[in-house]
Amino acid sequence: MSATIADIGPILALILVGFLPNEVWRLFGLMLVHGLDEKSQIIIWVRAVATAMLAGVLAQLVLSTTGALAGIPVSVRIGAACLGFVAFLIARKSVFVGVLTGEVAVMAGAYVFTP
Amino acid sequence: MTTQPPEPKLTWRAYGSIVLDGVGGAVRSVFFYVLIGNYLGMGALAHEVGFSFWWMLLSTLMVWAAPAQVILISTLNTAKLVEVALAVTLSSVRFLPMVAALLPMLRRRGTKQRELLLPMHLTAVSVWVEGMRLLPQMPPERRIAFYNGLGIGLISGAIIGGAVGFVLAARLPPFLGAALLFFTPMAILMSSARNARTLIDGLSFALGLVVWPIIAAQKIGLDLMWTGLIAGTIAYAVHRFREARIKAEP
Repeated sequence: MSATIADIGPILALILVGFLPNEVWRLFGLMLVHGLDEKSQIIIWVRAVATAMLAGVLAQLVLSTTGALAGIPVSVRIGAACLGFVAFLIARKSVFVGVLTGEVAVMAGAYVFTP
Repeated sequence: MTTQPPEPKLTWRAYGSIVLDGVGGAVRSVFFYVLIGNYLGMGALAHEVGFSFWWMLLSTLMVWAAPAQVILISTLNTAKLVEVALAVTLSSVRFLPMVAALLPMLRRRGTKQRELLLPMHLTAVSVWVEGMRLLPQMPPERRIAFYNGLGIGLISGAIIGGAVGFVLAARLPPFLGAALLFFTPMAILMSSARNARTLIDGLSFALGLVVWPIIAAQKIGLDLMWTGLIAGTIAYAVHRFREARIKAEP
């Protein structure tokens, strides 16, 4: 139980603790829908769950105080996301305009407010 | 069951040209550029902690999930393997409902399970979001090939970004490295806002945004899973309730 990468090497470690524990969820998804069709109620529900989880990923990235984005203050991240969204709406739902505006805003904000 | 004529089989040439259409769809997607930005930082990180160029490339091909790869690269050299595996698996639960919602759209009568393995593996947030938007407009027999092309195109963006990041290996200023990762939430937000055409799509997304902070504040763990189950189920219930009312009206 206390094995480390030194015991098995980087490629085997990638397969055993990177690929397999990640891929298993995709496989469960494949097994779950065996024999179900697009219009079935379970699939409509599962799609709603997947969409809500996607929103959760977004909320986590914007709001979380730990993790890769922790270096940028939460207020800057929220502000930049809102600015990006407003730009997206003004530009008649252009994803590129929205993403670029949010990105420029977060860089400017992080540069100004990061101690 | 009604008897239908046998499904037309695609020639290799036709299959290839649909795959190329899918690659084209990937290059026109904002996620292609978002992935390059994301993986630039990841490639540089992999170089910094001492993984090889080919290991980085292989990790993108095999794992194809940014959060899991960040965990791998940043903890694999120091943590116990069991701990890394646990962290990776907890970060990837989202793939279950995503694959389950996607595959029925790809499958027709006579589709073999093994034809679904590549689309299953290529499913990541970016490919799923674009696939769910583009596939419904497409004849069913073209969908697997198109989705594979979309996935190959988008994973190429990640591989290009990872390779360039690894080779440059420039230590980005910390705020710039983090800012590159901010591309992901922005792309999810805008693409989902554009794609949500039905009540249940929009509602489950909006509820997910509200429910995640509430769940996260409880510190019970598995935040994303609970967010998905709670917000998704409420949205589904509202959808069912509305359908029933529409049917009940004369």
